[in-house]
Amino acid sequence: MIPTQWFLLLSVGLLVIGILGVLLRRNVLVMLMSIELMLNAANINLVAFSQLWHAVTGQVFAVFVIADAAAEAVVGLALIVALFRNKETVNADEMDLLKW
Amino acid sequence: MPLSHVAFLILSAVALISGGLVVTRRNPVRAALWLIVALFSVAGIYLLVKAEFLFAVQIILYVGGIMVLFLFVLMLVNVNVSVRQAPFNRQWRVALATALLLLAELAYGFWRGAAPRLKALAPVAAPSHPLGNTQAVGMALYQNYLLPVELVSLLLLVAMVGAVIMAKRRFD
Repeated sequence: MIPTQWFLLLSVGLLVIGILGVLLRRNVLVMLMSIELMLNAANINLVAFSQLWHAVTGQVFAVFVIADAAAEAVVGLALIVALFRNKETVNADEMDLLKW
Repeated sequence: MPLSHVAFLILSAVALISGGLVVTRRNPVRAALWLIVALFSVAGIYLLVKAEFLFAVQIILYVGGIMVLFLFVLMLVNVNVSVRQAPFNRQWRVALATALLLLAELAYGFWRGAAPRLKALAPVAAPSHPLGNTQAVGMALYQNYLLPVELVSLLLLVAMVGAVIMAKRRFD
């Protein structure tokens, strides 16, 4: 059996990469992709503990997380399309209508 | 070292490297393609822990559905402009410090708390009933988690309606 610690370390790595992507990038689409990376990190944790305890519950919740990721991607991409129509940009730092 | 450990190390290295490339590539189309590589290696990890149903869902839904959606939208918005612009914003010092702080915090918590406790945990004996993985997940989904399944279907419906309305309407 693969040690559960390895899964946790991989999950931490993917989570930090995803957070870096959200904080660093200007392109909104790449920010959404980084969110997908973070959701995958959470799924790895769920699956690792499902393996450790031989319980299928973790995998069930991973399925829910994937369904959530689909909903989030659909709404996020629709927002991006609407914003691009409105402002002709996909850069997060140029969408400053609510800034003082 | 058993073969599954070697496979896990290779797959996780591929996932981490391609994840890093997603964040650093200037062209969003390349970032999307590297994300597909990362998703495939995570799917391989699911296969290593014998979660075949999740493996199939990951490939069909993530790679086949969500990433194709991403690439569609990338073709709709203007990619050529963002290739010429700076990929990172001006707050990169603060962002880097925040992420490294979070990494240090998680690593500290991991070495102090999780790792010793996980080592102390006795591995649970595998159940004797020979239920296949897909069958077991299906039984759990439709017996113990029926209400969450219905809620997720409602969530997907709301997301679909919202996406249609937002993509259709003109703001001006």
